[in-house]
Amino acid sequence: MTETVKLIVDGVTVDAPKSYTLLQACELGGAEIPRFCYHERLSIAGNCRMCLVDWVGAPKPIASCAQTVGDMAPKKDGTPHEISTKSPRAIKARNGVMEFLLINHPLDCPICDQGGECDLQDQAMGYGRAGSRYTENKRAVDDKNMGPLVKTIMTRCIQCTRCVRFAAEVAGVDEIGLANRGEDAEITTYLEKSLTSELSGNVIDLCPVGALTSKPYAFNARPWELRKTESIDVMDAMGAAIRVDARGPTVMRILPRVNEEINEEWISDKTRFVWDGLGRQRLDKPYVRENGTLRPVSWDEALKSAAAMLKVPGEQIGVIAGDLADAESMKATLDLAGSLGAKSIDCRQDGAKLGLAADGSKLPRESYLFNSTIMGIDEADAILLVGVNPRKDAAVLNARLRRAWLRMVPVAVVGERVDLTYDYGYVGAGPDSLGELKSGHPVFDQLTNAKRPLIILGQGALTRADGAAVLNAVSSLAANIGAIKDDWNGFNVLHTAAARVGGLDLGFVPVSGGKDVAGIMAGAQSGEIKTVILLGADEIDTSKLGKANVIYIGSHGDNGAHRADVILPAAAYTEKSATYVNTEGRVQRTQRAVMPKGDAREDWAIIRALSAYVGKTLPYDSVVQLREKLAKDHPTFLGLDFAPGHTGSGVAPPYGVAGAMQSSPFRTAVSAFHLTNPIARASRTMAECAELAAGVSPAVAAE
Amino acid sequence: MSHRRFHHPENHAPFAFNKESDDLIAWWERKYPSERRASAVIPALWITQKQNAGWLSEPALRAVAERLGMTYIRVYEIATFYTMFNLEPVGKYHFQVCGTTPCQLRGADKLKDFCERKIGPKGHVSGGGKFSWVEVECLGACVNAPMIQINDYYYEDLSIETLEKLIDDFAAGKEPQPGTYVKRQTSAPEGAPTSLTDETLYDGSRAKPLAAILNAPKPPEESAAAPVKA
Repeated sequence: MTETVKLIVDGVTVDAPKSYTLLQACELGGAEIPRFCYHERLSIAGNCRMCLVDWVGAPKPIASCAQTVGDMAPKKDGTPHEISTKSPRAIKARNGVMEFLLINHPLDCPICDQGGECDLQDQAMGYGRAGSRYTENKRAVDDKNMGPLVKTIMTRCIQCTRCVRFAAEVAGVDEIGLANRGEDAEITTYLEKSLTSELSGNVIDLCPVGALTSKPYAFNARPWELRKTESIDVMDAMGAAIRVDARGPTVMRILPRVNEEINEEWISDKTRFVWDGLGRQRLDKPYVRENGTLRPVSWDEALKSAAAMLKVPGEQIGVIAGDLADAESMKATLDLAGSLGAKSIDCRQDGAKLGLAADGSKLPRESYLFNSTIMGIDEADAILLVGVNPRKDAAVLNARLRRAWLRMVPVAVVGERVDLTYDYGYVGAGPDSLGELKSGHPVFDQLTNAKRPLIILGQGALTRADGAAVLNAVSSLAANIGAIKDDWNGFNVLHTAAARVGGLDLGFVPVSGGKDVAGIMAGAQSGEIKTVILLGADEIDTSKLGKANVIYIGSHGDNGAHRADVILPAAAYTEKSATYVNTEGRVQRTQRAVMPKGDAREDWAIIRALSAYVGKTLPYDSVVQLREKLAKDHPTFLGLDFAPGHTGSGVAPPYGVAGAMQSSPFRTAVSAFHLTNPIARASRTMAECAELAAGVSPAVAAE
Repeated sequence: MSHRRFHHPENHAPFAFNKESDDLIAWWERKYPSERRASAVIPALWITQKQNAGWLSEPALRAVAERLGMTYIRVYEIATFYTMFNLEPVGKYHFQVCGTTPCQLRGADKLKDFCERKIGPKGHVSGGGKFSWVEVECLGACVNAPMIQINDYYYEDLSIETLEKLIDDFAAGKEPQPGTYVKRQTSAPEGAPTSLTDETLYDGSRAKPLAAILNAPKPPEESAAAPVKA
């Protein structure tokens, strides 16, 4: 595969691998090739003809995207082929293509949302004519419905078919097609049904013109008005790289950034379209509950009331961290709880049996990380999914699993039988089927014979009462099939909450003698727990907090705030520089794109202020000092953007507690993909998507 | 062609393959490996269209997709690409009038006007569900221009008079003979052949004994002794 072909591109000699296309080879030589239909991550269509280059000696210009370098017959005299990307013939060919493309293009750039970031606009500057020679009527195409996310203005479409190929190849839902032909060709979904993919928003980025644009963002802003901030997504535990575009105090849109190790260049619809939730249901003032109603108060008053509530013995305090809590605020909360003597601390609001062994000691990091790393999926040669629906738990990760399946990697599933966009061998629904996986079972043998077997254990299997036993069984299975070797660790836990791994790394779990989330709730009802701090914890049943005083620190008026007695308004993930640890154990940091709303403050600063009011002032005055302490106490936070992967020195499984498992089937952790956190629940776009998803898929509606 | 798509698919009647279509599609499917049986999609659509009174309804298209393990949009792409698939109801006798240059030069425009008067607008079903017509591109029978394909057969060398008679015959329940409607043998010159008329071409009198077979391999002994003159 290392064989190369020598080419001369515009006078520069390049050695291009035989698998390269001529377009890639030209780029090796430093040439810039215009293109519309070609995309690195999609199959080659060769239908826009914009990438024409002049192959010296060839009778016609060559579409460089569709010419594989290895297929170019060597010249008789052995000299390398000469390619010219700048010769008059190449330029004239491209000018001609551009003129044809513009014949039926409406040229409505002033009212087009793509204006300013449009490939056609940019390339027309380079290859277009000053005026049109076409005097006939232009073609008009009916706009199509593609759902609540993708707005279509199909007259602008140049039929590059990138969206068709993305839907079929990456998203795995064959829903977009090119109907009719010739002048009547039009992109459509079947009978204009909405797209059902969780990755559908990516077609907006892929569309080189303004035919597919973002519906929620329509006519809101121009790209040059926006302040771009590179950040990290917290909608799931992958920590996809995003760019937050804001104007003034408002986040206007969220786009993906390239991070090959996590999301490549895709993001899920929840990540992309959740931004309208950042402006709704916001807590912008501190509140105190009086006579059953919440009254806006000053910070001083709110912190005094909260401090008064914390003047109880440490055993009567419960602390629960939610799914969006950042490491800094959890560290501050943990330090505060420690100084108050609180032992009932938990970051696992879903009740996952992770992080703690039966005797209350901490489990090794390998027991709750995605050890193979997300990129490791590309190396795996047999995959088993247990109690996980990656399509909902981590939609972008599912695209990578699908790519593995396209490489003919066998995938097997224990859990719910759902459409994952690829075929899989179905072992069974619950723990009983895990027991069947022994020598002689085809799936077991498949995994055993694989060089790099990979098991993904989902939260659906861990949040059950017997979660610790499932963890034990699956980690033993991983050891039995040889998934844990010197150079490979194929035992993976896929988290659904951005905060979870950070919390487990910090030890945000009950201290010996403390209660977990279920215990705190029971204690609150029985009166054992008098005060509960909710650090953005909204996915618990807040009606079961009895008569306890509830201090809610968070950004949105959701379940937690509805039950709270004191509300301390905090910043959302786009409003603070905060550290999150993704499911691989990769420490990443968000950046502030806009300021917190109203009187809201960064979470850690609120806890620092509260600590002064309770008389246990925390030893840090800035986030820098806090991070220094964080790194000192927990060395895993020292390095940024690094996935530990397999270190070779980890603790071998089994993890968890060996024990009997119930036979009830595994349930998917995420039932409504679009409504998993307070920001998403505040978003109108997500509500619309959720309604549609519930209507489209009866399996979800029945739940 | 205007945009070909389903109009009001919610009104389409349900569809199920009958035994005959089922067997025919199965025969086509067997030509391909089972994981590639989508290759049979064009014949399958054609068979389905035959069963469904000459057009593909939305349920019929879905039936084909499910039968071949394809997604609906992929079958829809094919059905909209090929004009031989009708996405709207057609008459029992569906007239495809060729309007391409040779036919146009020989009077296809008049035939189109006549169809419009007699049958109605393009794509419109009339005569109690008996007739419909569309204009199509070249059907490859230019030598017999102008021509119309009615269901599966070509009716050639038409004039307004012969076309009217054709329509009347179909309306009366007769099955007119396909082929040319002037006095000629298939695509031979009108009236009678004008070349190759010499009787001796056909009576065998011109036949002569063969001296040698051109380019035939030479027998090894004879080739050296007696070279054959070509």
